[in-house]
Amino acid sequence: MNRPGPVRLYFRYIGISIRSQMQYKASFVMMSVGNMILSGTEFVAIWALFDRFRSLHGWTLPEAALLYGLINIAFALSQSMARGFDMFAGMVKSGEFDRILLRPRGTILQLLGQDLELSRIGRLAQALVVLIWAIAVLKIAWTPGRVVLMIASAAGGIFFFSGLYVLQATMAFWTIESLEIWNTLTDGGKETAQYPLSIYRPWFRRFFTMVVPLACVNYFPTLAILGKAGSSGIPEFVCWLAPGAGLIFLLVSLRVWRIGVRHYCSTGS
Amino acid sequence: MRAYWAIISARFRMLLQYRAAAMAGLTTQIFWGIIRVMIFSAFYASSSTRQPMSHSEVITYIWLGQAFFAMLPWSLDSDIREMIRSGTVVYELLRPLDLYTTWFCRAIAMRGASTALRAVPIFVVAGIFFGLRPPPAIGAGIGWAFAMLGALMLGAAITNLITISLLWTISGQGMARLMPACVWVLSGSIIPLPLFPDWAQATLNFLPFRDLVDTPYRLYMGHIPPQYAIYVLAHQAVWTAALVLLGRWLLARGTRRLVVHGG
Repeated sequence: MNRPGPVRLYFRYIGISIRSQMQYKASFVMMSVGNMILSGTEFVAIWALFDRFRSLHGWTLPEAALLYGLINIAFALSQSMARGFDMFAGMVKSGEFDRILLRPRGTILQLLGQDLELSRIGRLAQALVVLIWAIAVLKIAWTPGRVVLMIASAAGGIFFFSGLYVLQATMAFWTIESLEIWNTLTDGGKETAQYPLSIYRPWFRRFFTMVVPLACVNYFPTLAILGKAGSSGIPEFVCWLAPGAGLIFLLVSLRVWRIGVRHYCSTGS
Repeated sequence: MRAYWAIISARFRMLLQYRAAAMAGLTTQIFWGIIRVMIFSAFYASSSTRQPMSHSEVITYIWLGQAFFAMLPWSLDSDIREMIRSGTVVYELLRPLDLYTTWFCRAIAMRGASTALRAVPIFVVAGIFFGLRPPPAIGAGIGWAFAMLGALMLGAAITNLITISLLWTISGQGMARLMPACVWVLSGSIIPLPLFPDWAQATLNFLPFRDLVDTPYRLYMGHIPPQYAIYVLAHQAVWTAALVLLGRWLLARGTRRLVVHGG
């Protein structure tokens, strides 16, 4: 019997998920548009604040829009891809996870293949529009390095949020219930990253740099892209290396996940 | 009348059981409040021009928003959604009760119970540690209390509109998705409405959403003087009545064309 490789299998899983979502086209369109409007309202609020106050700690609206665009692209894509991990607590509760363990394939591959939520395209599109607007308005001295850094920032963001979802799922091995507290890290982290890190209190900044490396995938690279690193007092090379922290965070999360799987006892339901 | 009162009190007592969820929600709410206060404080520190609202007023506004977050009509009663999806809503039609009023009572109980569990602790914590100030005068407090009751009614009327829209779109994704977006921005939950541009104020003043959050909170802090409370309450009452009539009319049309699939 020929066994498809993990990549092919993943795409087959995803293909099934997409086809099933496309059965309800009207619903898909509604959800996407709804997502787009909902995330659009957040940007309206940011715009209104800049309209009143003009600047924020030396940042202008287009500069903040760069932060906004990058973090929301990462957020939308990771929400769409890591949905299986986000919904994981329900699988532990219902005993569904036992079935996954019985299959001769890795748990991570199967959970990633659970679902690719297409309606997140609404948020993705909205974030892309904001990002493109920001780039068009800002006079950034583009170099190949800065282009790469921007892509690395978005990729690092995807890794970072995926890592959070994996950790959230891992917690469910012990707590069974999904904890609302995680929303403060995922949604709260996204909200936090939409503004420059320098506006927050020191303890808060340390938390989102050292404990969960949110600033590393968004704020630091953006400083380097905008050429603000010098004035912020953060060494330039740190800003360039920072997005790597997202990948490291994901790898650590996956390591913790494997420990969790080993400790898993079924709820029996 | 007694039947409806029984629905409210029974639902209220049932929903009060979800204390663990409320505790988790509480922590989340406080965390969000801290983030939001830091963001607004940074904006105020960045500008020296006079704003339509002072920094300390905005802080009180944010914490009131966190305390009464659960009162906003941003979600709907999942029991009723299941009823409409599965078709058991027909049993509801058979009951000797007015369907609109029944749903209205359930909405009041739903908003009221989750607010009751969260509001007081957040009030205490934010009042001691995070700069939530008490109302400057008794009149302001009284005006606010009445406006909050009005906001609860208005919220129930909006919740009912979302619920009734499910009779048309079974999966419930149209109104149920768009309404929260409107409520978020236009009520003042994301940013205090006076901070929106001046040209937007007339529109915001006309719409009903302001009465859910903005006007009650500004009565609380005396940003709207107590003698104007009567105008706020009138604006609320007129909109609530209009939305109730609209809801009733839609519900009558919806139930007339209701087709129950399967038996």
